[in-house]
Amino acid sequence: MTEMPTIDHELDCRGLSCPLPIIKTKKAIDGLAPGQTLRMIATDPGSVNDMAAWVSKTGHVMVAQTQDTGGFNFYIRKVG
Amino acid sequence: MSNAMDKDLDAQVEARVQALLDQKLGPLVDERVAKALATHQAKGNGQLDRIAIIASKGSLDMAYPPLILATTAAAMGMEAGIFFTFYGLDIINRKKYAHLKVPSLANPAMPVPVPNIIGALPGMTMIATAMMKSWMGRVKLNSVPEFIEMAKDLDCTLIGCQMTMDVMGIKKEDLVEGVQVGGAATYLEFASKAKISLFI
Repeated sequence: MTEMPTIDHELDCRGLSCPLPIIKTKKAIDGLAPGQTLRMIATDPGSVNDMAAWVSKTGHVMVAQTQDTGGFNFYIRKVG
Repeated sequence: MSNAMDKDLDAQVEARVQALLDQKLGPLVDERVAKALATHQAKGNGQLDRIAIIASKGSLDMAYPPLILATTAAAMGMEAGIFFTFYGLDIINRKKYAHLKVPSLANPAMPVPVPNIIGALPGMTMIATAMMKSWMGRVKLNSVPEFIEMAKDLDCTLIGCQMTMDVMGIKKEDLVEGVQVGGAATYLEFASKAKISLFI
């Protein structure tokens, strides 16, 4: 088990469908300082691929990604 | 002895050929590469990280794809714009955009397939619309007006088609606040610099 990063902000997107988790994540990341980490929780199974595409396009870093009964957890570190 | 001379001569010829090649080919290759690079960069510079979408349909089911793609593109850091033309103008018509409907006719993709003869009955459009709204509610998909607000919030460019407005007698005040109005040239200028361009 890898150590989970410290979370600076948490965003709950459970129950929301595409594209809301992406749009809310963008808004939340905009409000963070570079280097800070956001944890986003989603239940939309499409968010797994979509979040990967989003970080690849925006350049932010997916530090960790887990799945539990509550949904998918994405840990994203804001880059510059 | 003569063998050694031959070798010497070979080496001299090779060196001369090499020198000539360097002299003639070197600058030529440099020049051509520079030219190709310049052309490539000129092309690259003209293009922005932008998506340009034409929304041409005014039914509820066809209002979502342009709105979803534009807002997602904006959330991915792209510049996004939608040109609303013909029936697509209803998507930014403040009197209509909250009441877009799903056609029950000629729509074989309905989850409960409706024969056209039944789909043509009065009230069927209302039923099809109510059905779609109930699925959208189940997945908590935002309404069209909410998507328009999101698009504006994310700085998407929304352009209403001037010609359609003239044809249908729609005034700028009928459209939601914050949209621009323009014609085919406005869209084409915007789209000519886009990496992705879609007609929906």
